[in-house]
Amino acid sequence: MNGLRVFLNRLRAVFFRSRLERELQEEIRMHLEMQTEENRRRGMSDREAHRAALRQFGGVEQVKERYRDRRGLPLIETTLQDLRYAGRVLAKSPAFTAVAVITLALGIGACTAIFSAVNPILFKPLPYPQADRIAMMWDFGAEGSRLYVTFGTYRELTQRSRSFDYLAVIRPWQPTLTGTSEPERFNGQRVSADYFRALGVQPALGRNFEATDDQQGGPRVVILNDALWRRRFGGDPGLVGQQITLDANLYTVIGIMPAGFENLLTPAAEVWTALQYDKTLPPDSREWGHHLRMVGRLREGVGVEQVRREIDSIAQDPVPEFARPPYAAMPNGLMVYSLQDDITGGVRPALLAVVGAVLLVLVIACVNVTNLLLARGAQRRGEFAVRVALGAGRTRLLRQLLTESLLLALIGGVLGMAVAEIGVKALVALSPPGLPRVGAIGVDGNVFAFAFAITALIGLAVGLVPALHASRSDLHGDLQQSSRRTASGHQLTRRVLVVAEVALALVLLVGAGLLLRSMQRLFAIDPGFDTSHLLTLQVQTAGQRFNAETTHRFFEQSLDAVRQLPGVTAAAFTSQLPLSGDLEDGYGVHFEWNPSGSLEAENSAFRYAVSPGYFEAMGIPLRRGRLLDEHDTAAAPPVVVISESLAQSKFLDQNPLGQRLRIGPNEGPWFTIVGVVGNVRQTSLAVDQTAAVYVTAAQWQLFFDRAMWLVMRAQGDAAALAPAARRAVWSVDKDQPIVRAATMNDLLNASAAVRRFALTLFEAFGVVALILAGVGIYGVLAGSVSERVREIGIRLALGASRRDILTLVVRQGMTLTGFGVVIGLSGAVAASQALVSLLFGISRLDPLTYLGVVMLLAGVSALACWVPAWRAARVDPAITLRAE
Amino acid sequence: MAQDKSDILPGTLNLMVLKTLDSLGPLHGYGIARRIEQTSGDLLQLNQGTIYPALLQLEQMGWITSEWGVSDNNRRAKYYEITRAGRKQLALEEQTWRRAADIIERFLAPSEG
Repeated sequence: MNGLRVFLNRLRAVFFRSRLERELQEEIRMHLEMQTEENRRRGMSDREAHRAALRQFGGVEQVKERYRDRRGLPLIETTLQDLRYAGRVLAKSPAFTAVAVITLALGIGACTAIFSAVNPILFKPLPYPQADRIAMMWDFGAEGSRLYVTFGTYRELTQRSRSFDYLAVIRPWQPTLTGTSEPERFNGQRVSADYFRALGVQPALGRNFEATDDQQGGPRVVILNDALWRRRFGGDPGLVGQQITLDANLYTVIGIMPAGFENLLTPAAEVWTALQYDKTLPPDSREWGHHLRMVGRLREGVGVEQVRREIDSIAQDPVPEFARPPYAAMPNGLMVYSLQDDITGGVRPALLAVVGAVLLVLVIACVNVTNLLLARGAQRRGEFAVRVALGAGRTRLLRQLLTESLLLALIGGVLGMAVAEIGVKALVALSPPGLPRVGAIGVDGNVFAFAFAITALIGLAVGLVPALHASRSDLHGDLQQSSRRTASGHQLTRRVLVVAEVALALVLLVGAGLLLRSMQRLFAIDPGFDTSHLLTLQVQTAGQRFNAETTHRFFEQSLDAVRQLPGVTAAAFTSQLPLSGDLEDGYGVHFEWNPSGSLEAENSAFRYAVSPGYFEAMGIPLRRGRLLDEHDTAAAPPVVVISESLAQSKFLDQNPLGQRLRIGPNEGPWFTIVGVVGNVRQTSLAVDQTAAVYVTAAQWQLFFDRAMWLVMRAQGDAAALAPAARRAVWSVDKDQPIVRAATMNDLLNASAAVRRFALTLFEAFGVVALILAGVGIYGVLAGSVSERVREIGIRLALGASRRDILTLVVRQGMTLTGFGVVIGLSGAVAASQALVSLLFGISRLDPLTYLGVVMLLAGVSALACWVPAWRAARVDPAITLRAE
Repeated sequence: MAQDKSDILPGTLNLMVLKTLDSLGPLHGYGIARRIEQTSGDLLQLNQGTIYPALLQLEQMGWITSEWGVSDNNRRAKYYEITRAGRKQLALEEQTWRRAADIIERFLAPSEG
């Protein structure tokens, strides 16, 4: 009834506490004065009157106390009082507070940031209904690599497989929008009719693709994503049903995808059209090219393993309606992965390693805070004893300490949140290209709460230990100890913790070291060409007016234009660029010379259609014969330059010059080998696949490449050349989209991005761990030295040299480090297993790395030992002994 | 604090304060205490100080209000005044008290007479 009113009144009183207190004093003083006056009037003396008044009033302090208990909210007031006291205590030892708060903030922040980034990629379900039912299928390539599937395989499976609700194939499509303001090139996909059904999503506006859309010569229809629709068409719902111009053709917009739709298979794709392949599967057509991704929605209750088995049995049992060419015969069935595994497979090892690393950091942070609180608790036992002696109850003392720990945790947590916020941003900026679901990364409240709770709880629990001890133990002893302490049980605990810290730091540092050495090994690899001062520009022709001839002329003219630029010493174009990260353009190569007579003797090689001068511009060395030159025109006899590795694998030590080969289908022309050049790493520095064939673009007749890379060797800074190079291309034709411009060094770095990502994080965490371990060692030794001042004084007085004391302390510290190193080494050996897939060119047990890390740790701990040791050695025995 | 004379029955102090304020109008703490002492004669030993926690409680309940004012002999003092809710409460407590006293009376009367 009146409960609320009373509570509110009391709550108000909390805020006006000091004013109300003054009023109470005043009121009681008045009362006493009035009573005294009255008593005097009755004839008492002054003194007597006053004393009588006090007696009549009753105990003034008791009344005040009862009044106060009723006035405010004692619980809150004590808490506030505790908080103020805690704030003062923390402010009084800023070094301790700063170290504890920073440790907490780093631990909580790093953990939150990493888990926030990793969660949507590795653990959260993908943003599709029943996403676990979506699977991706791949053909088997050479040496177990993944190969795109053919349209023929897709057709056969749609007819024969019973495992799928929907099955779809996809290929990239990069149309250019014209007819509105400036031309813009989009990323998009050509998809078979059931693509969106396989994902389980529907356009928000308009309709989905239907089987009638996906027929050879079918209607030109597109579906746009929400962002493109809003950006280019102002979000006008009337756009559905209207036509837009893509690559100079009119397409009808039939649908708009919902705003939240994430196209995980190609995150950049904004526009989709129907695939429209020929379902009669003519032999040797694009329908049998390995260039499609296949995605399927499994029937309810069908697992990935079942699908794999069903496809196996279909593959083993060919039927006449689906006659397969030998290169699409599925001798091993297909690879089947869940969509989640498929898109995260490439980054999973790196991310898991990083998760492991951050957990180590969190553990180290916890250990460090524990250690700090223990040390501090030990130092404050004197203070606790005094407070107990002055009448503070045990619960009161515990509450006070709890408040202190909580305040510490709170400050650490707030800072940790800021660290997490910055960390997530840095992670997204650092993230390797192609990291899936980057858009879904944000600070995750649950993770934050978790990390915060863990760290704070451990801190709290540990912070209470000394207080419990103090309130229970013999007061007298502790009071004495406040001035003279001896090494006690807590020191042992602290040493164990320091050993643990050193061990954990070692594990992290070994990880960082292994990754660092891998990176060095990787970049020590010769890519086979000169990567410095090289600018690359991918240009694509768009529209119907470009056929083979006009496209070729366009690239010739662009090449002439960039060659004119000041600062360009050499330039060329090529259909594919090493280390660009683009899809590889590999072909089967048939040699005329086939002594074994086997049909299977087919080499797979990268195909480069290049301009004469490509080798010179790239700096690829000639090993035998000649390079391609301007005489190798369309009219001249077809010639080819092959890589050393291809020559070696086919001809061993024989002379390949003058031999002939075919690239791709059997009807193609024979190319005569006129030269052998050095090996070039195409995919990445780490992949030693270098078999390559080079022909001039003029002699490449099978089809024409719409997209070409212009490569320019610059005299100075390659990046500075980019704007001029763009203008040069546009001066030839202002409508041609430049897909991307990058220096070769950028591309090189990007090709190692996943490793670099892991390395950067390991380095950061390793440094944090190293610092925390150093602080831990320092803390324990400093504490131990100040506790042993008297002992040291006696030793000195008894004739120990300063050097002896120095050795004593340093030895103590280095013993701890030694234990930590030994334990850490075995931990590192075990933990390095998790890094194996990220290593390159070194063993996970690389002795140099282990040795280096041990030296580093030893160095840091020596430094951490030195300061307390030096202080110990400066102890003046006379002063210490007199002080007792 | 040992009490030499008759202790105040629990709950009765509130009633006495309210009644005092109701009949005498605004009054400071000392005045209220004196009035209770006078009314009860020598029968009741009141520790005057206990009046203050009681006043605080009554105020928190909303039965009285307080305001600083100036006393007859020109002193600053805190004056308490009964509110409408306080009068209602007083009536209620008076009634309860009378009924209780009545019942006790009836219990005690026959054995005496």
